[in-house]
Amino acid sequence: MRQRFGSKYIPLLATAFVMLALYTAGCGLYRNFFSLRVAVNLFGDNAFLGIAAVGATFVILSGGIDLSVGSVVAFTSILIAAMTGKWGLDPWLAMPLALLIGAAFGAGMGCLIQWFELPPFLVTLAGMFLARGLGFIVHPQALGIRHAFFLHLINEDLSLPLNAKVSWPFTATCYVLIFLLAMVVAHYTKFGRYIYALGGDEPSARLMGLPVARTKILLYTMSGFCSALAGLVYTFYTQSGNPASCVGLELDAIAAVVIGGTLLSGGAGFMAGTLMGVLILGLIQTLITFQGNLNTWWTRIVVGLLVLLFILLQNLIALATGRGRGSKAVGN
Amino acid sequence: MQPDRLQERKTRWWFSLVWPVAALVLLLLFNLVFTQGFFHVEVRDGYLYGTLIDILNHGSMVILLSLGMALVIATGGVDLSVGAVMAIAGAVAAQLINMPNVPFALVIAGAIAVAIVCGCWNGLLVTIFKIQPIVATLILMVAGRGVAQLITGGQIITFTHPGLTYLGNGHCLGLPFPIVLALGMLGITVLLTRKTALGLFIESVGDNHIASACSGVDARSIKFLVYLFSGLCAGLAGLVAASNIKCADANHAGLFLELDAILAVVVGGTSLTGGRFYLVGAVVGALFIQTLTTTMYMRNVSADVAPVPKALAIIVVCLMQSPAFRQRLGWSWKRKPA
Repeated sequence: MRQRFGSKYIPLLATAFVMLALYTAGCGLYRNFFSLRVAVNLFGDNAFLGIAAVGATFVILSGGIDLSVGSVVAFTSILIAAMTGKWGLDPWLAMPLALLIGAAFGAGMGCLIQWFELPPFLVTLAGMFLARGLGFIVHPQALGIRHAFFLHLINEDLSLPLNAKVSWPFTATCYVLIFLLAMVVAHYTKFGRYIYALGGDEPSARLMGLPVARTKILLYTMSGFCSALAGLVYTFYTQSGNPASCVGLELDAIAAVVIGGTLLSGGAGFMAGTLMGVLILGLIQTLITFQGNLNTWWTRIVVGLLVLLFILLQNLIALATGRGRGSKAVGN
Repeated sequence: MQPDRLQERKTRWWFSLVWPVAALVLLLLFNLVFTQGFFHVEVRDGYLYGTLIDILNHGSMVILLSLGMALVIATGGVDLSVGAVMAIAGAVAAQLINMPNVPFALVIAGAIAVAIVCGCWNGLLVTIFKIQPIVATLILMVAGRGVAQLITGGQIITFTHPGLTYLGNGHCLGLPFPIVLALGMLGITVLLTRKTALGLFIESVGDNHIASACSGVDARSIKFLVYLFSGLCAGLAGLVAASNIKCADANHAGLFLELDAILAVVVGGTSLTGGRFYLVGAVVGALFIQTLTTTMYMRNVSADVAPVPKALAIIVVCLMQSPAFRQRLGWSWKRKPA
């Protein structure tokens, strides 16, 4: 029992270790790295990725995958920009509407996956195409937002000043709130337990009488909602909507989840791990920016290697503890 | 089981082509009626020109990819890294060709060798480290473009070597060379899988890898081999892509082509859960996708909006293949769920 308890937390500890190591390395190597501004930016700049990763964590915990994240973020951002700018809608109406559309989009994919037993990977791939194209139908180019609501309220009135120069942006507040909410849902509600059960072993979950169909559809609805919310935050962050943005964001989100120690075949992992995963991605980017002479493509290579490292670690743990996970991975 | 199963198998080979061919014919009929000049083919300077030839020409990259993808999917896996491998192969070829004193054969061999190494890497992760294929190939998909950028130094490398530009722009037997290359690869793949036991092994591994291991099929080697082959196909496609535009663009070469390749294989009747595969079906599927794309361009649909019909096509095709969907519609279909 003690051993199983321990092995559950090893990936999480490894994630924490990598995060601290990266941060310490940054502080040691570069001047000004150890500053409030860098730390705040880490949250502010990665808020939309973090929210998208929250949705991805739920889906991956259940043993599924959602590839439509980046497209839905882009679609939502251009939709909000078009609704408030081109069509003159009130932001208070436009924002819930956009979130509703995102959730409905996810629900549609969930229904296809559950009712017709289609592979999640393929359905969300179709969703990725669809959302990307729909974004371009809404408006074919990037659209700046000049609405006073977005310019003043969100970015100036709602950001919390920490000292004379640095303030905590509203986007980061959104992220922290969503993260806390997701943590409660994942670890302290019945729905959260259903998700873990689904990812652990779906036939068993069904035999136990858990509402598999409802959970699955709700799960993808939630993922769609998270993506739309990430789109909203992205709109706050960039003050514009762009249908061509966020290509490949889903991969970053999945990478953050994996680096956060969540098992990709589902059933094991922590929301807190994903938060650290997002921060690790942000730290890598910041380190490369501070270094100055390295190109951004190093980010991709390092992220790819980290993902590999964590998957190998998971396999090693599965092997060492002799749980059934290893055989499950072979089955795929 | 044996005699009628074999009989069933023989009839199904043609049967499986009915849906993709029907879709392609429907699309062509639509163009025959509504799109002017779609079927106009002419001979200019001894070469064939026209929209249909263009479809074949541009579709050849997806055909090449879908051959490798079909085999990978048949083993129950998927290869998401083909787009990135294309970029890597193109980058290697462009770098080598611009070096002095490198013979042309070595350039081609080098690019393909690197692509095969990429395929082996995927195979290694899937067979030795037992990582799920989606994730294992995702790693190279994410990191591969970075590697390609590293090779090109972040630049778009152009070249003018006649041999290398011939791959994507030359003509052979009156047809553009990419078509000939794709058809040649199709021929080789069909021969290798249908005239030897290899195809049967691949299908058995995808159908039930434990049962096939019990009957003495080396599932590991088979899986490794299909990822290697997928890398090879992606390398060839990458050479064609780079040659076509006479430069290596690490960011955009083969972007999203992995999705087209997967779609082509699925349209062609191969189930994503593994088992039987249909190479000719995959080729017809690739042509269907390219025809769809070209039709949209000819009808002035912007390239950005083009994913919408593609997405709808994926969903319709998947629903038609889904046993659960058929049951709901009450279709009496003899085909067993895959």
